[in-house]
Amino acid sequence: MSIWARIAGWAALIFGLLYFFVPLAGLTEFSLKAERGVYGFKAYRDVLGDPQFQATFGFSVIMALVTIVIGVLIVVPTAFWVRLKMPWARPYVEFITLMPLVIPAIVIVFGYIRLYNTSSWLPLTGSIMGTNLLLAMGYTVLALPYMYRAVDTGLRTIDVATLTEAAQSLGAGWVTILGRVILPNVIPAVLSGAFLTFAIVIGEFTLAALLDRPAFGPYLQRIGANKAYAPFALSVIAFGITWACMGLIQLVTRFSRHTKAAQ
Amino acid sequence: MSFLNITHLEKSFGANRVVKDFSLAVEKGEFISLLGPSGCGKTTVLRMVAGFEQPSSGDITIGGTSVVGKRPNQRNIGMVFQAYALFPNLTVAGNVGFGLRIKGTPKAEIDARVAEMLALIGLPDLGARYPFQLSGGQQQRVALARALAPKPEVLLLDEPLSALDAKVRVSLRNEIRAIQRELGITTIFVTHDQEEALSISDRIVVMNGGIADQVGTPFEIYNRPATRFAANFVGQLNVFRADAAGQIGGVQVGQGDFAARPEALRLGRIEGAEIVMPATVAEVHFLGSVIRLTAEVAGNRVSLDTFNRADMPPPAIGAPIELSLALRDLIPLAG
Repeated sequence: MSIWARIAGWAALIFGLLYFFVPLAGLTEFSLKAERGVYGFKAYRDVLGDPQFQATFGFSVIMALVTIVIGVLIVVPTAFWVRLKMPWARPYVEFITLMPLVIPAIVIVFGYIRLYNTSSWLPLTGSIMGTNLLLAMGYTVLALPYMYRAVDTGLRTIDVATLTEAAQSLGAGWVTILGRVILPNVIPAVLSGAFLTFAIVIGEFTLAALLDRPAFGPYLQRIGANKAYAPFALSVIAFGITWACMGLIQLVTRFSRHTKAAQ
Repeated sequence: MSFLNITHLEKSFGANRVVKDFSLAVEKGEFISLLGPSGCGKTTVLRMVAGFEQPSSGDITIGGTSVVGKRPNQRNIGMVFQAYALFPNLTVAGNVGFGLRIKGTPKAEIDARVAEMLALIGLPDLGARYPFQLSGGQQQRVALARALAPKPEVLLLDEPLSALDAKVRVSLRNEIRAIQRELGITTIFVTHDQEEALSISDRIVVMNGGIADQVGTPFEIYNRPATRFAANFVGQLNVFRADAAGQIGGVQVGQGDFAARPEALRLGRIEGAEIVMPATVAEVHFLGSVIRLTAEVAGNRVSLDTFNRADMPPPAIGAPIELSLALRDLIPLAG
């Protein structure tokens, strides 16, 4: 490689890093200037001490966990069955799981409200529990592309058909096979999908706002419209959560005990 | 009545009939090998016995009870796969005890049985290891122990040695046979390797095109092949065509094609051998204890094996020789 090509490569890398980190640095720097003339964590203290922050963040965390559970219960058996018995259906299932990337969340939520309003055959929006369930379902749909791909990639690393047959020959039924053989062997992949789901749910605005649920996304928007420094502190916190999730994905993948699983 | 009976078994995938009218009776404790080339239907038969495939027609009974329609986890069979199929998330002990945990066996019993099985396969100290920490041969031993731990009625082995290197294959096949004899478990072994099948089986089923071409002991299959396919597939073969007068080497044998194994042809004039043919040495392969010669006989190339003797060097290429063959060693080729 010539010296100029090497310099151009480094220049492109440095430009990319600056493009990404300079706004972040500016954001962080501004969030530390809540007190006149000195750097400090006042904005963070204000945000973290706000009861609304704690309530909305707690709500979103619970919704994220519920979404992850629903996602795992739907995606793992589906991806397993498609891989084992219906490989011909894989392109169709992949297409369906990609739909949430194409259809905006606002379309989904209006569809929900139209289908499940108080005068419909299943009036989920008529109660808090029902609306929360609807929200979790919506989050599950939004996270589907990430969860399905993560699990499918995990299944690709093991010999699903032979492991299933081996378990069957030892007397295992479908639930045992899924719970004791397949799921434990795709745990790193499931956790990757779970962390991505968590990051999506924590920052999601459209579904929560239009279903009028006290989630973290709408709180972030409300604070942004009314306060000066707190929204920037919140943005840094949100970035931190997302990066922590990404870091955990890396960690789980790297320290997975059986990444060299026998094929 | 035999312990395992397969009667008029048929299997089609769409228009493709992969198993055709296959019948076999296996005695309790017998070691049977299904031998044949790729695509002959041997694995499909095994998978139907295991319950992974349902027959298009026919019946399979184990201990007098039909298992057709039963799910694999209801059949009490043990199976060892070519790809080992150990559960990567479980330790060796966890793998071996898996079937017993499914059955709800008490933990103390599981521990005792796992220890017994690990001792049986010669890996008593490796219970805490994970599959990826074992060699291929060790993994397949663990797979065997896992299949045997729940005390299955029938053991099915689907080319379990194919993924191993030559040295490990030989030692492991002998171990499998020894363990099978010790436990007296009825076993069906699928292989495309004739040497494997000949060396460890009580009986061999030579399969071709979805049918059982011949069923017999290794001795019968090798020395008295019933069909041209069985003769060609098992062992090396020299084919002689009788002339218009029904003679080979001037000796009356009847019409058609006949075969002789390389070890049946003898170098020089041998007493008691009715057929003597002039030949020319074409190739000489020194294999240590055995020397394999290729010779031209009336425009036909034949192979013969002769034991190495330090006081008798092999003939040179192009040297004229005589080959002797006893009539009793001629195998008429049918089919």
